[in-house]
Parts: sequence; C-alpha cells; structure tokens
Amino acid sequence: MNEPCIRVENLTLAYGDFVIQRDLNFVVNQGDIFIIMGGSGCGKSTLLRHLIGLHEPAQGDIFYGAQSLPNADARQRRRILQRTGVLFQSGALLSGMTLAENVALPISEALNLPRRTLRELASYKLALVGLSGFEDYYPAEISGGMQKRAGLARAIALDPEILFFDEPSAGLDPISSHLLDDLILNLRDSLNTTVVIVTHELASIFAIGDNGVFLDAEEKTILAQGAPSRLLAECRLEKVQRFLSRGASGAAKFESD
Amino acid sequence: MTSLWFYRLSNDERAIRLQNKNIGEFVTELVKQAAGSIDAEFRDSVLRIRIAGDWGWREDLPSADPILAALAAETAPSRVEFDAAALHHWSSLLMVELIKLVNAAQARGVALDLAGLPDGVHGLLRLAQAVPERSDALRQGERLSLREWIWRQCDQGGQHLLEIVRFIGELALSLLAVKRGEASFRWSDFWLYAQECGPAALPIISLLSLLVGLILAFVGALELSLFGAEIYIANLVSLGMTREMGGLMTAIIMSGRTGAAFAAQLGTMQVNNEIDALKTMNLPPLAFLVLPRMLALIVTMPLLCLYSDLMGVVGGGLVSISLFDVSLQEYLDRASKAVHLADLGVGLVKCTVFGILIALAGCLRGMQCRGSAAAVGAAATSAVVTCLVFIVLSDSVMTIICNRLHI
Repeated sequence: MNEPCIRVENLTLAYGDFVIQRDLNFVVNQGDIFIIMGGSGCGKSTLLRHLIGLHEPAQGDIFYGAQSLPNADARQRRRILQRTGVLFQSGALLSGMTLAENVALPISEALNLPRRTLRELASYKLALVGLSGFEDYYPAEISGGMQKRAGLARAIALDPEILFFDEPSAGLDPISSHLLDDLILNLRDSLNTTVVIVTHELASIFAIGDNGVFLDAEEKTILAQGAPSRLLAECRLEKVQRFLSRGASGAAKFESD
Repeated sequence: MTSLWFYRLSNDERAIRLQNKNIGEFVTELVKQAAGSIDAEFRDSVLRIRIAGDWGWREDLPSADPILAALAAETAPSRVEFDAAALHHWSSLLMVELIKLVNAAQARGVALDLAGLPDGVHGLLRLAQAVPERSDALRQGERLSLREWIWRQCDQGGQHLLEIVRFIGELALSLLAVKRGEASFRWSDFWLYAQECGPAALPIISLLSLLVGLILAFVGALELSLFGAEIYIANLVSLGMTREMGGLMTAIIMSGRTGAAFAAQLGTMQVNNEIDALKTMNLPPLAFLVLPRMLALIVTMPLLCLYSDLMGVVGGGLVSISLFDVSLQEYLDRASKAVHLADLGVGLVKCTVFGILIALAGCLRGMQCRGSAAAVGAAATSAVVTCLVFIVLSDSVMTIICNRLHI
C-alpha cells in the first residue's frame, strides 16, 4: 500500500529571481495524510500551487507515479488533474452558480450524464459534507464555513485519488474543524485517498497527519520530515519544537535530558 | 453521423471536441470491464440485491429504479440484503443508487443488512446520513401567476425609486456634514478621480466626437447640396454639436467608461466588506468614497463637453473643406455666427445634468451591490443601463423645456 504517489525531486520555488524554497525532496505515499507545515510566509501554499500545476517550478521535478507534471503535455496534464481534487482556502466556489451546480461542474465536464444523475451526485456529495438541503443556495447566501465544506464537496466530486487542501481549518470553529478532520480521515479510509494538507492548525496536524515536511522561511528549505508526532518526540531542532509545541520552547526538553 | 457533424466544425471547435474525447477515452481506458449491473431477487420475504461488474465513472450504468419500485410494492420485504461479490470497481455513481435504496428501505421500516457491501461504502453511507437534511433549508421553486408577477415587478420598481430618493437624501446629508466639518472630504481622492474622469478620457472623446462631426456633415451635405447650400454644413454641424451631440456623446462615453467603473469599484469594496470597515472606523462611506467621485465627474463633464463640441466642429470642417468646396475662412465664419452663447450654455447645462445623473447611477448601483463576484458584474451592467435611461429621459425633458422657453 505504501507506494509513492507524488515524488518531488530537487524542487526550487521562485518568483522571478526571488527564491522561496530550494532543493525540496520528499515523497508522498499512497493513502497517507501528508502535512506541509511551517511558519507563515515560508512558501507552504506556493509549494501546494506547484504540486497542482498552477505554477511552473524554477528547477526540479514533480512526479505523479512515473509522469512528470512540469514536463507533461496538455493531455497528460489533464489526466493528472482528473485524479486530483483541490480545496482552496476560501472554498473558491463559482459565485454565479448554486451549490449543486458547483459540485456537478467537474462531473459534467468529464462525463456525459443525465441531469437527474448529476443532481443526485451533487446531493450525495453535499450530504457527505453535511450540507443536505442546501443544493439550491448560492455561495453568497451561506456562511464561510459552509462555503468551505461546499468547496470540499466539489473537490471530491470525481472521487479523486489525491486531495489537496490549503488551510482547511482556517476560519472554522473548533467543532467544525474537528468534523472536517473526521471527514478527511473517513474519505481516506473509504476511498484510500491520498491527502496533502497545508496547515498550521496543531490539533489537526497531530490528529490526522501520517507524514509531513517542515519548511522554513530563513533556511529556505525543508528542516525536518516525518510523522508530526515523531517530529515532536524526536526532532531536536528548536524551530520545529517551538512550532509543534506552540511557542513553548521545546528545546529545553532536550537540554534537560 | 458523428463524422458528418464533426467535419462541419471549425478547426478550433474540433480541437476542443478532440480534447474532450480524450477525457472520455481516459475514463473508458480506466475501466475496461463490463458495465455494472444491479438486480434484485425476492425470496422468502428477503430482497437480495446483487451488484456486479464495474461501477466506475462511466455513462452506461443502470439505475436502481426497478428495485425501488419493488421496495415500494404492496408486500414489503422483511429484510434487504446486498451481494457485491462480483463488483470490480465502484465510484460515487454506485453510492448514489445505494443511498436511494437505503433511504427507501428505511422509510418503509425494512431491516437492512449491509454486510455484503465493500468496506469503504459503509463509512461513506454513515457520513452521508450523519447530518440530517435541513428541511427548512429546502427551496421550492415559486410559480407566479401573471397578475402576481406584474404586481411584484411594480413593487420592485417602486422600491428602486425609493432607493434612489433615499440615496439622494443621504448624499445631501453627507454634503451638509462635510460643510459643517463633521466628515472629512478627501481632496487628494478628488484630484485622482478628476484625472481619471477628465484627461484620461480625452483620446476616446476626441475620436468619437470627430467622427460624429464627420457623420453630421455628410448627412447634412447630402440634402444641402441638392440646392447648392453646402455652406450651411457649418451651421448644421456647429449648432448640432454644441446644443445636442457634444453633450450626448460625452455622456454616453462617460457612462460606459466611468459610471460602470464607479459601480464596479464600489461594488467590489462592498463585497469585500471594505465599506463596512469604513463605517466601523467612523468614516461615513458616502462622504469618503461617493462624494469625491461624484464631484470629480460633475466638474469634468462640462469641460469634456466643450472639448467634444470643438472636436465635432473640426470633424465637420474636415469634410466640408476637403469634399464640398467650402473654404476654411467661410466655414469658421459661418460656424461662429451660427452658434450663440445661449446654444453653448444649453449644451453645457445638459451635459452637467448628465454628469450628475451618471455619477448618481454609478455610485448608487455600486453601493447597492450585495453578495458575490457575480453581483459586481451585475452592478456594473445595471449602472450603465440606468445611466443611459437617465440620460435619454432627462435629455428629452430638457429639450422640451428649451423649446417651450424659446431658448
């Protein structure tokens, strides 16, 4: 089960001459919940945008299976994107469409299904995220947390093999954010989905993270990688410890023993 | 059949169809097994539902409707079982049918045995039913009779009128507040918008006014040359431009250029909660955002109108001098004698009124904007339409008044 799903090799992220991160090397395994951690502004979201092909890497390569994403032609790129679903920070729902139309959009693009089936699929996806009955609402008519969940329903519309989340719990109350974690775990267990999450929400990092990388803005590269709980227990880097223990200096823990 | 319509398509369309075909190919490549099937067997009051084959993302899957009918039949089964031993691959398309079956069974109080289904399905079924449907959230499509529809439209029209009146009232109050020094007026913003409304609009106004002058000259020349009165082209163009066309052209250009921009700017700020933020910082949005914009447009409009008049006369001159044997001296002489100060005044007053209306409509629609990105587009469209309606209506009224007063 532990075959690599995404492989990142010597990836350098840059806007023009301004390098954000360099020499990133990591592997996301099939069925893992992979967390991209790091302080604000260290390039977590930029890394995510590179992984889903919104930006071209300055150097290095990203492989989905054996296929390189930056070197893929239009058709291969479509194939990769069809296997992935993305939830953006604010949900990114199309504001001129109802929730049901938003969710049905990727499905109707890929397959020619009758309207009734599309509608039923949309209702089912909305039910999965706890939004039954909101099919005919417009995004502006529901709350921010609900918009985010509707965005998730759209991201999982085509049963993707890989799901990307950009700050899924930002702006959610603790209970909703816990429910979202449950939902992610449930999707992973039911569909064996690989999940890549950018977050700095510690509760979910420890609750659901199987593996992850820790990026740093000053070193401009990966400081540590591994399961978050293992990082907290074993990593001796002060930055990582401070992050994972919420600023309480974790380095002291190691100095005393 | 397919090949026939395919060759009628343009190259671009064909490329798009081909790309879409690739997705279809990809989907069918993924799943080469036989299409899924679902059927039921009723024995000893147990309904055994067999699901087999490939239930991946494909277009040729059966529906569970016959089984739903069996569940709703008079003799309800005592138990429903599932058998998915021959199921290869499944997707949400199977989940949709299963949820319908499960809901129907539960509604009838039939015992469900889900053990035969794949493991992943259990979790998803539980998840899908975890949050009950919000029945209060459901929306019913309304059907209105013609009378109700007309009534509602009139009601909305009345509301719109009321909103305009209220907006004007609030504007007056905020002007008063600025005058008393209770609210600050941002002069820096005013100069910025004046620059945006005025000089930045000169190129497009030059071009269009010149062309309108040209057109007026041509149209007039056709008739006037019948009795050798080409010399009167000058009168026609200069009078037409100063009294009517200069102001009208300026107004139409500015409603598309500036009215829509005001609506979009204010609408975006409204959607992003920027206007609410201003209110909480004790900065009245009307004085802060709307007044500088309106004032800038109202001040620049008459100036633009003068410029437009001039360009129109130049355009007419080009035609009459080059094509109709009128000398420059004659043209200028005629033009200056034809236009009285009152004509110029009428044109400028009209244009100022248009300016007020455009600024009002643009800002009003922007401030009314609620909701989302789509609402901003609607606000800009509605601003332009409102501007044009206001312009034509007010122009007719003012033309009639001038006629009655013999100005």
